[in-house]
Amino acid sequence: MLGYLIRRLAQAVVVVFAMSIIVFVGVYAIGNPIDVLIDPGATQEIRAKLIAQYGLDQPLWRQYFTFLANVAQGDMGTSMVYNIPVVDLVFSRLPATLELVLVSIMIATCIGIPAGLYAGYRPDSIAAKAIMALSVLGFSVPTFWIGMLLIMTFAVNLGVLPSGGRGDVGSFLGINTSLATLDGWSHVILPAINLSLFKMGLMIRLTRAGMVEAMRTDYVKFARAQGLTDREIIFSHVLRNISIPIVTVFGLELGSTLAFAVVTESVFTWPGVGKLIIDSILQLDRPVMVTYLVLVVILFVLINLVVDLVYARLDPRVRLKGGA
Amino acid sequence: MSGAALEVRGLTTRFETRGGMVTAVNDVSFSVQPGRIMGLVGESGSGKSVTGFSILGLIDKPGEISGGEVLIDGEDLRRMTPDALRRMRGRRVSMVFQDPMMTLNPVLRVGDQMAMAVRVHDRVSKRAAWERARAALETVGIPAPAERLRAYPHQLSGGMRQRVAIATALLHRPSVIIADEPTTALDVSIQGQILAEVRRLADETGTAIVWVTHDLAVVSSLADDICVMYAGRIVESGTAEAVIGAPRHPYTRGLIDSVPSLHPPGQPLPQIPGATPQLSHLPAGCPFRPRCPKASDLCRTDPPRFGRDHPVLCHHPLTEEPA
Repeated sequence: MLGYLIRRLAQAVVVVFAMSIIVFVGVYAIGNPIDVLIDPGATQEIRAKLIAQYGLDQPLWRQYFTFLANVAQGDMGTSMVYNIPVVDLVFSRLPATLELVLVSIMIATCIGIPAGLYAGYRPDSIAAKAIMALSVLGFSVPTFWIGMLLIMTFAVNLGVLPSGGRGDVGSFLGINTSLATLDGWSHVILPAINLSLFKMGLMIRLTRAGMVEAMRTDYVKFARAQGLTDREIIFSHVLRNISIPIVTVFGLELGSTLAFAVVTESVFTWPGVGKLIIDSILQLDRPVMVTYLVLVVILFVLINLVVDLVYARLDPRVRLKGGA
Repeated sequence: MSGAALEVRGLTTRFETRGGMVTAVNDVSFSVQPGRIMGLVGESGSGKSVTGFSILGLIDKPGEISGGEVLIDGEDLRRMTPDALRRMRGRRVSMVFQDPMMTLNPVLRVGDQMAMAVRVHDRVSKRAAWERARAALETVGIPAPAERLRAYPHQLSGGMRQRVAIATALLHRPSVIIADEPTTALDVSIQGQILAEVRRLADETGTAIVWVTHDLAVVSSLADDICVMYAGRIVESGTAEAVIGAPRHPYTRGLIDSVPSLHPPGQPLPQIPGATPQLSHLPAGCPFRPRCPKASDLCRTDPPRFGRDHPVLCHHPLTEEPA
């Protein structure tokens, strides 16, 4: 177990390292930030000075090694646009995204899994067909459009919920979060629903597929032959067996939503990291892009590690020996 | 027959398929006395497994049990509410399946699965349920049962798993156990052990056992009585000695002749020509007619049932029932 963890962490370091190179080269290829940042009326002298200040006159490999050396000292660089340390910038935006994603994942799971279970348990019922139709809508209708519909309905027409932005931040158990205030919840609920629909559709379909398959297995028949109730069979026998694919997708979705909740954050002007990354790409704010993408890689590596550990808890046949 | 642990009368199960209604179990009747083992023999697709599931009322859509009675100690399961029927399952009648690799839930400990089966019918503590499970494993001859309870199914061999399944079926001392080809997936040596164990359990506990199988050799050494199924119908039934020793139905004759161990060595093994008919395209009259060496024009009409102790469903029984 310990050996497994060490191997996995070593792999993670390699992955992060490789990713940093790819990101660095990719960002370099996008364009020269000086063209965007500098006042077009600036003299050639100021321009040259700025280029030298940011080290943009250096060859790519030297820029990369400067970057690595700084990272080794805990310095991820300073935003060219905001002129504050990138780490501070990202972490000032992260809580907003975290709370949005957590709420949306909760909604997707708490509705998606029971709905999927039911749809798989009674696949021919009208309710099951309605659930499946909704799940198709959930991941085929564009997020931004549903977001706008939600704003139209609840903010404009009914006027019961705010149309965007993050609400009052309160303190709960020493954590500053808008989820500690009612106003915060009223702001988070619409974007969270918006963000959850795709995931909900996915959860429903996965759960249903697993359920349909599991209900045909011999161990379910055997449990029925022992006189177990359907409820006991589903919750004691089936749920655990079908949870492995669900956990996988849950992990992947958690990661990608945290990293790329961009569309929803834009529609609801939610001050999260998704908006930050889009803004910094548009402004060619290289340090923010690089730091953020490396952070995303670390996030995915961590989530996958946790997913693997959860596998081993769920399925006794899984042995955490290899590193793959 | 009174005092039967299991009595099945006119059981009929149909499936709705694209090709129309298919009768998988057609007017099946038999009874099993306490402590006796009845072999239900037939080729694949003869309806023998469906008969087993029908007895427990475990037929799912598009299937439907359309008629008949299933009496366990005289109580008709078919007249019970679904919940009353569920409470009979596992307690008064239980089932063991073919593939022990599949019948146990891979992600739960053996003890947890068995304890669940105990507690669904008896309100006992978890610890008491584990103790019952341990005792049941001991009954079926599993060494170090307390350790096996903590194991996961994949840590046990196939024979061990099948013993666990049998022990689970025995937890509530049911009157009847339906065993659906429980040794087919096992090694021959393990098969022998399990058969001996089952025989002993039937004798000691008085449980009646319906042993569903396609393997006449197994049944001839294990069963007290035999019913031979063909295309959803029981075509011949009687004591094992009578059916094996003096088969009356040409199909039974064919089955016996094609068992290597019941056949004199050194000669080519006879076969039954053709294949089991599709239930959706049964020939009129006797369904065995196209494969039968004794078929005549008479066989285009439904065959009658001859005999009382050793009845046969045939126009041309091979032997007359001894008076």
